[in-house]
Amino acid sequence: MAEAYQPNEMMTIAAARALRNSDVCFVGIGLPSAASNVARLTHAPDITLIYESGTIATKPDVLPLSIGDGELCDTALTTVTVPEMFRYWLQGGRITVGFIGGAQIDRFANLNTTVVGSYDKPKVRLPGGGGAPEIATSCGEIFIIMSQSKRSFVSKLDFITSLGHGEGGDSRARLGLKTKGPTKLVTDLAVFEPDPQTREMTVVSIHPGVTREQIDANTGWPVRYAPSVVETPTPTPQELGVLRDLNARTARAHGEAA
Amino acid sequence: MSRFLALAEAVEEVLRDGDAVAMEGFTHLIPHAAGHEVIRQRRKRLTLIRMTPDLIYDQLIGMGCAEKLIFSWGGNPGVGSLHRLRDAVENGWPQPLALEEHSHAAMANAYEAGAANLPCAVFRGYIGVELPRVNPNIKRITCPFTGEELAAVPALRPDVAVVHAQKADRAANVLFEGIVGVQKQAVLAAKRALVTVEEIVDDFGPRSPNTVILPSWTVSAIACVPGGAHPSYAHGYYKRDNAYYKAWDAIARERDTFLAWMKANVLEKGPEAFAVHARRSQIAAE
Repeated sequence: MAEAYQPNEMMTIAAARALRNSDVCFVGIGLPSAASNVARLTHAPDITLIYESGTIATKPDVLPLSIGDGELCDTALTTVTVPEMFRYWLQGGRITVGFIGGAQIDRFANLNTTVVGSYDKPKVRLPGGGGAPEIATSCGEIFIIMSQSKRSFVSKLDFITSLGHGEGGDSRARLGLKTKGPTKLVTDLAVFEPDPQTREMTVVSIHPGVTREQIDANTGWPVRYAPSVVETPTPTPQELGVLRDLNARTARAHGEAA
Repeated sequence: MSRFLALAEAVEEVLRDGDAVAMEGFTHLIPHAAGHEVIRQRRKRLTLIRMTPDLIYDQLIGMGCAEKLIFSWGGNPGVGSLHRLRDAVENGWPQPLALEEHSHAAMANAYEAGAANLPCAVFRGYIGVELPRVNPNIKRITCPFTGEELAAVPALRPDVAVVHAQKADRAANVLFEGIVGVQKQAVLAAKRALVTVEEIVDDFGPRSPNTVILPSWTVSAIACVPGGAHPSYAHGYYKRDNAYYKAWDAIARERDTFLAWMKANVLEKGPEAFAVHARRSQIAAE
């Protein structure tokens, strides 16, 4: 009898499973950070986690609220300057996977974290790209984790902050890129991977209890499904325990800082 | 050669209306106390430069000190929007704010180019994205050796860099450690530099030969402001006050609550108000 769990727990755990023990992962803050640390605390104890604040091979006991919490530096193998991080480690091609999120995504996994509405007269001014534009093109491949809704999964982005598969097909190659771009998109409903030809993000795995109708209703484009769609394995008690302990430690630590 | 000054005198001397100012700190060692002093002195028409503008820039923008922001990520980390930044961009309150927007890689490279006295930075970036469409300071350059097309942005050369560090010694050299971000690059790229420190020591004592140290002749003025990075943190002194970052969201959301908070906590206070944050963690450590 499987333990009860929340959709966002399924999402975080499914994303964690995508990481390998041998990966060098450039970690975004928030959900990517949670998933990366669940991976480190379960099946990938030797994974190298890198945060753009300069911390390399960090092993935080609690999740950082910001990209540069002291916890990341205290538990890192080494901490380098931000220019070194972006020049030698990211641009240098030393990262196997970049793990990021976004505010809006399109069917080719291009991301928008810049504006809703027009750039000059935005309805909502979002924080901006930060490291994402170069993470998206310099890492060996990209994993994306995002909750699904019609507001965030849109047919056309208001602004392309970071490149996914562009207009599909050989878009990335035509721009001179040799990196793979987004190879996995994990949501609270399903797991998407790019179609081998069109590069459109395609559902390959549906989380237990989720229907295709739910996925379609929360996506702003007609969703494509792989020929054989599987069911995502439910979170194991160990995975759930690790995630919940991590979140509890984090809540205690951030509360105490008040 | 740097001089020890009280914070108010240091800001008075180093920072003028209309300056391009980089108050740097990549989530760590953010010069909050210095920023508050700039607000108290009512500096105007500043161009604010920073990779990760957060609360202190939200406050400067909301108090009408800035006319332009050069940045790569403007949010409250892990919490959400900077509401004063958004109000300025979306509604022009209290005044319009021009944006020059980059990626982190571009800003980091541009500071390094500034420190290296180069006119521009060259890197592999901005591929397949829209920022070059809205920022005329992003251009392409062709490598003369390989023919590869690369991104180019102008070097950052602030009039003033403002940073917070752990220590200065009696000879006015400055030491910082932990997440050191782009602070050294910003100071060396700037015409003038103001550094606030947690403490002034007789001698830095035993340390790694690779410790980040700014020699006194690279800094214009040093002010000792214990706790001066709060609510960010000072590695080895006090932790990031994550609860404060969360609380800021509600304070900054409305203009009235923001202005009332600024009056009570900035305009009617001085740099000594920061000492409680340094002291509190000392007590906690005992």
